[in-house]
Amino acid sequence: MIGLSMHEFRYNLRAFLRNSQSRFFTLALPVLFLVIFASVFGGHGSTTEINGGRIDTSVFYVPGIIALGIISASFINLVISITAQRESGVLKRRRATPIPASSVIAGRVLTSVVVALSITAVLLAIGWGFFHAHVPARTAPALAVTVIVGAATFCCLGYAVASLISDSDSAQPITQSIMLPLYFISGVFVTTSVLPRWLVDVAAVFPVRHLAAALLAAYNPHTTGAGFAWSDLLVVAAWGLGGVLIAVNRFSWQPRSH
Amino acid sequence: MRYGSHEAVKGIDLDVSHGEIFAFLGPNGAGKTTTVEILEGFRRRSGGDVCVLDEDPASAGSAWRDRIGVVLQDSAPEPGLSVRECLELYAGYYRTPRDVDETIELVGLTARAGAMGTELSGGQRRRLDVALALIGDPDLIFLDEPTTGFDPSARRATWQVIAGLRHLGKTIFLTTHFMDEAEFLADRIAVLAAGSIVAEGTAKTLGGRDHLATTISFTLPRAAKATLPKGLRPLIESGTNGTSVIRSESPLVHLQMLSHWALEQGLELADIDVRRPSLEDVYLSLTAQQPGKGKR
Repeated sequence: MIGLSMHEFRYNLRAFLRNSQSRFFTLALPVLFLVIFASVFGGHGSTTEINGGRIDTSVFYVPGIIALGIISASFINLVISITAQRESGVLKRRRATPIPASSVIAGRVLTSVVVALSITAVLLAIGWGFFHAHVPARTAPALAVTVIVGAATFCCLGYAVASLISDSDSAQPITQSIMLPLYFISGVFVTTSVLPRWLVDVAAVFPVRHLAAALLAAYNPHTTGAGFAWSDLLVVAAWGLGGVLIAVNRFSWQPRSH
Repeated sequence: MRYGSHEAVKGIDLDVSHGEIFAFLGPNGAGKTTTVEILEGFRRRSGGDVCVLDEDPASAGSAWRDRIGVVLQDSAPEPGLSVRECLELYAGYYRTPRDVDETIELVGLTARAGAMGTELSGGQRRRLDVALALIGDPDLIFLDEPTTGFDPSARRATWQVIAGLRHLGKTIFLTTHFMDEAEFLADRIAVLAAGSIVAEGTAKTLGGRDHLATTISFTLPRAAKATLPKGLRPLIESGTNGTSVIRSESPLVHLQMLSHWALEQGLELADIDVRRPSLEDVYLSLTAQQPGKGKR
């Protein structure tokens, strides 16, 4: 099972890296967003109010855009590629072979997690090198755990959403129309301290807000201790579990639109 | 097998033996794909017994899938992988896979081994599909309409590949709506119409083809008609374009009488044509009939 999952993962990753659309949306776009947001709104002593005090606005954007990078790699890319492969019969042909479903899914999830970790590392390095966004050693483990929990959760949600979409052409618009508004109200593109209370309450229901908050905790110099945002991580993981339940009941390997 | 209130196939009774190429022939919507998907384990049946390689496909697991190969009616190449990489990926799924390069050569894609699957032509994609179904060295291969939408030369090339599988000792279950495909490839044919099997046999004997009348047609000069031998005269029917037609169940006897007479009369009968009923003739008459009333 593990050997087959790794085998599946190697070819999945290779196919991912060859796809210019996934390279752009998953690898280039988050870097572009970080550089633009941190440069346009940061600098000149601009600070942003967060839990416990204020931080440089450019530093504030690093964990936010990391959340976006994780979501692009695990949720958006996964929904788009899985619906396309399902509708074109690629997944069905896989199911006709001896490889267990669990290995196919594990291989795909592993691809997303590895890509999410890579884009996180790139954003971390850019933040460190250009925007003085340092992660203290004591919160580094919390950051790593948050990235992995976030990537795993958004993969599960990706399978859930892919199982509800019947047409591969609508995968991109549906995932983006879910995520773009959430980025704006969840502290990814703008800090939640400038938002009306009710919008913050709405955002608090969804996992994007909690992923961004948990990542920010690791970057926040006012954080004391190891920086594990347990309640945020719990909400994120709960969404992941909900995604698993939907996917298990609804996911199909065969084309749905006929 | 039921979909809602519509019964897609009913009372199908099939036996396919080891090492044969079996063709499942029928018009679109006859229930071919439904049947093959039940046999492949993709669909659950509402009733009946199905046994494929000693197991019920509905509950069979990985070990069973290790022994079958499937070419679906419609499946795109793996995105982002070359022909060779696709086969390496699939080879990793099986316990005893065939050699990748040898399999690529078998389907005639050696020159395209480095090309992305998505760059292949329709015929080449189909051959890649066949290679993917073969890579696990299966005992049984399902081919669902393998040449639909192909140009004639791509069809011929694919047929050669499929015919070549016979020498590997594989059992092949082929569905098609092309008569010539079934005739070229199959050891045995079953004809499905409106969800039931209306005939089963070899291409030569299907639907009593071997006992059906042979058509002898020729143009007869008007004046010569009266001199025809007595044995032939009552058999003459008029065909199209003023031809005369004899439908004969003993064509050799009638041809001998006819040629003897024509030579005596000094007639050429230049347009004489002797035709056995084609598989298409048999098929069209079978699929036009109501199931149950047909000739068996």
